[in-house]
Amino acid sequence: MQLSREALLAAYRQMKIIREFEERLHVEIQTGEIAGFTHLYCGQEAVAVGVCEHLSPADKIVSTHRGHGHCLAKGCDVDDMMKEIWGSRDGLCKGKGGSMHIADVTKGMLGANGIVGAGAPIAVGAALASRVDGPGPDGLKIAIAFSGDGACNQGTTFEAMNLAAVTKAPCIFVFENNHYSEHTGVSYAVGTNQDIASRAEAFGMKAWRADGTDFFAVHDTMREVLEYVRAGNGPAAVEFDTERFFGHFEGDPQRYRGPGELDRIRATRDCLTRFRASVKGAGLLSHADLDAVDDDVMAAIEGAVAAARAAARPTPEDVLADVYIAY
Amino acid sequence: MSNMMYRAAVLSTIMEEMERDPNVVVLGEDVVGGMGTEGGPEAIGGIWSTSTGLYDRFGATRVIDTPISESAIIGAAAGLALSGKRPIAELMFADFIGVSLDQIWNQIAKFRYMFGGKTRCPAVIRMAYGAGYNAAAQHSQSVHQILTGMPGLKVVMPTTPADVKGLLRTAIRDDDPVIFLEHKALYATTGEVPDDRDFMIPFGHARLSRAGGDVTIISSGLLLGMCEAVADKLKGEGIGCDVIDLRTTSPLDEETILDSVEVTGRVVVVDEAPPRCGLGADLCALVAEKAFSSLKAPPLQVTPPHTPIPFARELESAYLPSVDKIEAAVRRVLAWR
Repeated sequence: MQLSREALLAAYRQMKIIREFEERLHVEIQTGEIAGFTHLYCGQEAVAVGVCEHLSPADKIVSTHRGHGHCLAKGCDVDDMMKEIWGSRDGLCKGKGGSMHIADVTKGMLGANGIVGAGAPIAVGAALASRVDGPGPDGLKIAIAFSGDGACNQGTTFEAMNLAAVTKAPCIFVFENNHYSEHTGVSYAVGTNQDIASRAEAFGMKAWRADGTDFFAVHDTMREVLEYVRAGNGPAAVEFDTERFFGHFEGDPQRYRGPGELDRIRATRDCLTRFRASVKGAGLLSHADLDAVDDDVMAAIEGAVAAARAAARPTPEDVLADVYIAY
Repeated sequence: MSNMMYRAAVLSTIMEEMERDPNVVVLGEDVVGGMGTEGGPEAIGGIWSTSTGLYDRFGATRVIDTPISESAIIGAAAGLALSGKRPIAELMFADFIGVSLDQIWNQIAKFRYMFGGKTRCPAVIRMAYGAGYNAAAQHSQSVHQILTGMPGLKVVMPTTPADVKGLLRTAIRDDDPVIFLEHKALYATTGEVPDDRDFMIPFGHARLSRAGGDVTIISSGLLLGMCEAVADKLKGEGIGCDVIDLRTTSPLDEETILDSVEVTGRVVVVDEAPPRCGLGADLCALVAEKAFSSLKAPPLQVTPPHTPIPFARELESAYLPSVDKIEAAVRRVLAWR
């Protein structure tokens, strides 16, 4: 199905927002202004956007350790997220969560997660909640468990796939294979000949595979997967082959990368470059259209950083806020 | 009032709350039982008979029989709770928290605070705990020691059928995660239970089961009955015991404890979990910090030793607190000069 001009611009803008959000954090973190651990999503934008653009706020997602992209794609506010990463009391989680624990349940975003593999069972629970509510006019509300090639080895992910399969929960397991679980390659860590989707197939699920650096491949695949799951056929899985442009965490020296690897994946596997080439080649959007989005995004990120810097800091009294009892 | 068993109080409360609120959902291993068998669903109805009939009444979308997958059970409860449902998850034995601890400790307990108070997680996690059946080291433990120490959880351990009723209803209607600990050896005990379908007991309010004024004995669960037996025996000698049933270990009713200790000056804490970093140590520290000037004797704790729970009948009996051990401790604090 051909995407409208508006839909193309919206998808590009969302991918660009994630890209520039992360590129800017990469720079800002080096100044020491931002506390804690940060895991950047750069390189994987086509997956988050190609999945989440199909969803309504009533559809749920559960994200990963590398969650900024999923949060933004599911509708979390850019300024509020930046404030959270800066630790402001006006942040999305009032400075209590930080980069690894951003959530906005009102947007159907049930949390990034500091524990690799913890999210999949939670997504199954959200899908079981949808089963209680029953289908709406567009079919069942669904839940998506984002997992990386690291989380795919956790027992929780296996338990979640089995529970979803036996309960026919409308849950979609989206595996983002960026070839590295922390500092370890998939050829070492993933025992099923590096084929993650085959694990879902082993649980009796239908599984798809697509190039996660090609926005249009993600978009088209997810349309099929969602149609299948919303119709009540039970869970499904997709494995997207993608790339991680930065280290596992900010500050990771990445000694495990091959010679020229980072330059090569930036040159040949950048989902934004590929998107621009596709839409221009097909005459769908012009240079000027895309550049205007770029300018708009850069201004938005600049504004978000300025807002985060100026935002209120939490006070010691806030430590005891939002608890049911303190001893 | 109705006379009913502890286990019937569990089941009837769940049944009533599921009738009242369509968002209440039950999940766990064999909560239906017999799924995928020739005997058919409900062949088991929960191994503790605490979910019998729920599946027939409410169907598979609200009574979810799960594979043996404790992480998935608790994780699914988390997802249900974040999606507007009120899940009641059952872990067949409390010992199985080890399998699912990440979902309890890093997920469910933390959501409200970690997400800036913008979401609540109304999940109840029920589990059968406690020794006395020679079920040995991995099917007998008391786990409140571990869970009470985790910020973000409310921990309930009812002793009587009436308290099961009032506290479980409070747990199900609560917007925060609640650990609900049911002692295996109490399931078949009976008591009078109010019929009111809104009967609730607020958390953090202990029950004074005996009033005496000479010594304070604090416990909850199976051992409370032993404490009462000691109190009744000593009453014959003219010694008055305050026996406090905590009901909830978090929130903790410090006021009832301190009010009693300020009168008696003598304290014995009786607990089924090991002695280090547990409820006994915690409450002894509480009275030392907050009622020091009232104390007439060092506070004592009666607990099992710091070992796994042994199997053989003689060994388990020797391991557990008993009426004799509690009485000896009470006499020690009374004799202190």
